[in-house]
Amino acid sequence: MKQIKSVNDFVIKFANVNGTGSASANNMFAKALFRMGLPVSPKNIFPSNIQGLPTWYEVRVSEKGYLGRRGGIDIALSVNPQSMAQDIQEVEPGGYFIYDNTKPLDLRLIRDDVNIIGIPLTRICNEEYKDPRQRQLFKNVIYVGALAALLDMDFKVLTDLVADQFKGKEKLILPNIHALELGHQWASSNIECPIGIQVRQADAVGDKILLDGNTALGLGAIYGGATVAAWYPITPSTSVVDAFEKYARRVRIDPGTGRKNYAIVQAEDELSAIGMVIGASWNGARAFTATSGPGISLMSEFLGLAYFAEIPTVLFDVQRAGPSTGMPTRTQQSDILSTAYASHGDTKQVLLFPSTPKECFDFGALSFDLAERLQTPIILMTDLDLGMNDNMSEPLAWDEGRRYDRGKVMTAEQLEAGVEFGRYLDVDGDAITYRTYPGTHPERGSFFTRGTSRDEQAVYTEKGEEYEKNMLRLMRKWDTIKQYVPEPEVISAKQKTDDAVLYFGTSEEASREALDELAGRDGVHMDAMRVRAFPFNDDVKQFIEDHQQVFVIEQNRDAQLRTLLMAEFEFGPDKLKSVLCFDGTPISARNIRKQIKQYLEEGAPKPLHLTKITSSAGESA
Amino acid sequence: MSYQIPKFRHPQLPVNALGYTKADYEGSISTLCAGCGHDSISGSIVRACHELSIEPHKIAKLSGIGCSSKAPTYFLGKSHGFNSVHGRMPSVVTGAAMANRDLIYLGVSGDGDTASIGMGQFAHVARRNLNMVYIVMNNGCYGLTKGQDSATADEGSVSKKGDANMYSAIDLCATALQMGATFVARSFSGDKEQLVPLIKAAISHRGFALIDVVSPCVTFNNNPGSTKSYEFVREHAEATGTVDFVPMQKEITTAYEPGSSHEVTLHDGSSIHLYKMDEDLDPFDRTSALINMEKHRTAGDILTGLIYLNKDSRDLHDVMETTRRPLNTLTEDDLCPGNQMLKNINDSLR
Repeated sequence: MKQIKSVNDFVIKFANVNGTGSASANNMFAKALFRMGLPVSPKNIFPSNIQGLPTWYEVRVSEKGYLGRRGGIDIALSVNPQSMAQDIQEVEPGGYFIYDNTKPLDLRLIRDDVNIIGIPLTRICNEEYKDPRQRQLFKNVIYVGALAALLDMDFKVLTDLVADQFKGKEKLILPNIHALELGHQWASSNIECPIGIQVRQADAVGDKILLDGNTALGLGAIYGGATVAAWYPITPSTSVVDAFEKYARRVRIDPGTGRKNYAIVQAEDELSAIGMVIGASWNGARAFTATSGPGISLMSEFLGLAYFAEIPTVLFDVQRAGPSTGMPTRTQQSDILSTAYASHGDTKQVLLFPSTPKECFDFGALSFDLAERLQTPIILMTDLDLGMNDNMSEPLAWDEGRRYDRGKVMTAEQLEAGVEFGRYLDVDGDAITYRTYPGTHPERGSFFTRGTSRDEQAVYTEKGEEYEKNMLRLMRKWDTIKQYVPEPEVISAKQKTDDAVLYFGTSEEASREALDELAGRDGVHMDAMRVRAFPFNDDVKQFIEDHQQVFVIEQNRDAQLRTLLMAEFEFGPDKLKSVLCFDGTPISARNIRKQIKQYLEEGAPKPLHLTKITSSAGESA
Repeated sequence: MSYQIPKFRHPQLPVNALGYTKADYEGSISTLCAGCGHDSISGSIVRACHELSIEPHKIAKLSGIGCSSKAPTYFLGKSHGFNSVHGRMPSVVTGAAMANRDLIYLGVSGDGDTASIGMGQFAHVARRNLNMVYIVMNNGCYGLTKGQDSATADEGSVSKKGDANMYSAIDLCATALQMGATFVARSFSGDKEQLVPLIKAAISHRGFALIDVVSPCVTFNNNPGSTKSYEFVREHAEATGTVDFVPMQKEITTAYEPGSSHEVTLHDGSSIHLYKMDEDLDPFDRTSALINMEKHRTAGDILTGLIYLNKDSRDLHDVMETTRRPLNTLTEDDLCPGNQMLKNINDSLR
């Protein structure tokens, strides 16, 4: 039978039952490969449930450094009978299906093009352990030990990792190492090891780190000087505030008094959470909230107030699959339009699109500078894939000399000296006006903040010309904003081409790999642009104008970024083509390549809803 | 009708300890209906702040949406104001108070803004015991949209249109008490002698202070049959007792009969004296306060005055153990841990 043979390049998918402690064992496996110098990209595909439902953990291993999903599964490790039928179907021909053969495999599931390997995990556990919880937990560690033998992994990396992970809980180290050895020994003495897929020590990760985007965002808020966090729990954003709190407890306790240099309020709902952020920011503190799609819907009214009254606001949106409750534990980039034009009336909101944990940290900290400089909401758009999965990333760094940009705030001294103050008076010509913090000066500088129309002195008015003047100034401010937000990144093809792709956020890695494949295997060369913010600056317009067709790659059904590009630049739909994935799993390189090839070979496809539905998750090479 | 407050002032208007006259605490001219109860409340706020010698810029006034929420324009013109969105003033105040614990936060809301669209935020700001004064200008109806019943309208109360309200009324004082408010009072816009000392005491109290002020709507809810009309409230208001507010370090000059008064020292060192108290009411006991309110409600009266005071109140900053320095004054040096810590974090992630 055909056996996939590869070194340092494969996809393995673990199929587990959630609530059984599998995630930490799977994570140990991924981290061990990372420590062997191999780029890894683990993706936790989990249900909206605490215990009992199927959960998967997919690890891409690529010495070449591709970190997106490739598509297809080379090794399935199945310890969940509920999902076994599906799991074996996903294995590539010649791939490996490893399962717990304590109970025999249902004969109907057997595929003759897949290498089937049975390990009696339950039996080994039952013989070794008496306590049911131990049986459950160590089963996971045992299969990691077995994998080490099957893939010819350096066993010492695993044992060192266990020692590191349980630092401070030393009595857990030996039992875990013992479980690893149980698996390793069983596999070595009962199966021909290694199999066709193997790993070797490599040198492909440099000084990179393995970190989830939400933790990076929490750290960005710490470094960016946030003192007030207000939030309402919602998957997949909860761990942003968890991380902020974890680090705040370490570094934000006043050494003299033991009191906190931060305040975290768990609000009664998302409306209240954003209201608190607006109140705190209005009063001169750096504040943020984190949420996901349903929270964005609830926060929209307040986002309109912050836009119109020009109050700095920092909002982290960790996107998940919508609409409504959608698939709460699956990823999408589907809040683009609902955030870009959030709230009723004419509004435009600033969006930032990070692609890596490093960018989550950098943009997270930057959000506070931008919000105060531009006096408007800054909505950082990440997603479940980036936020909750460990992603390989450049290390985090902070320039010690960096000072916060607190924006245009008039001081008591300036007011005392008689400097003219009008809250909405554009004195610098950049359409950004001065504000004062409440309590600044006994006689001067107070103003009334309101969501109603007002004049340059913040006095209520219903005069059409005053309203219009203000709305046009906000448009001029929009132009100013373009100079401040992160500029797009351009990657030129090796040869001149009229075709291009445009993507953002977590579509980056899979897009990069798809472009390499298109160039290398299909001879199709394409320039690429990664958009990092909205408003789009002129480089984006120029890039699209410079190409005949631009494929806009995104993870939603309605091509939301493409819609935004058409709305902002008035490009026709013919110029911008859509490459989409919205099944809730991260977009894969094979999927992107397949869709682009279809366009090039067969022309524009029929609209998706008129073609035969095939999930983009299980596509093959 | 004039649209501007005349600048001329009597040269010998009394000044407070800061040298300010009452006019220094006024705002722009009211655009509410002539005779609106809300204007009287604004007047009481002006008087209370003047008499307390509060620096005007040390107060922030925040509101939601509605006639009541327009009122902050008409007092404290030297203070920052924030007219936010409907029913959401409490969250904005919460954020503001987190950012700077040194200002006085005066929230102004209405019965629609609080008891309907804002009920959730009202309940939660009370339960967090945020250090703020929350004044409800309660007229039992929606004025700006022309007189619909609100959730505080009493069952059977007749509106100007002639329809009797069919639903049970929400009692904001009882709700606040249930939610954990530490200062609960009710008053009447037409009774400044009662309202002014209550506002002063509420400002001095550390924690969430609700004053539910019945404030008749002259245009839509001042008709016979309404339980929020001037006439009805004057006839049915029953005070818990009398409240005297004594600012910090001021000598007590009033002579009280022995045993007839309670003296309570507030967090800022000032004190209140309660006398002529209803014998049944112990304003320091939640159960007593709730029973009393219920008794008066059943009898068809409106219980006014100080209903409940928790002398041991710990506000949200106390509970959270935040630094005593306003968070908005912290700088990079206080907030940013520096690159070495990031290097350590990076090392732990390899």
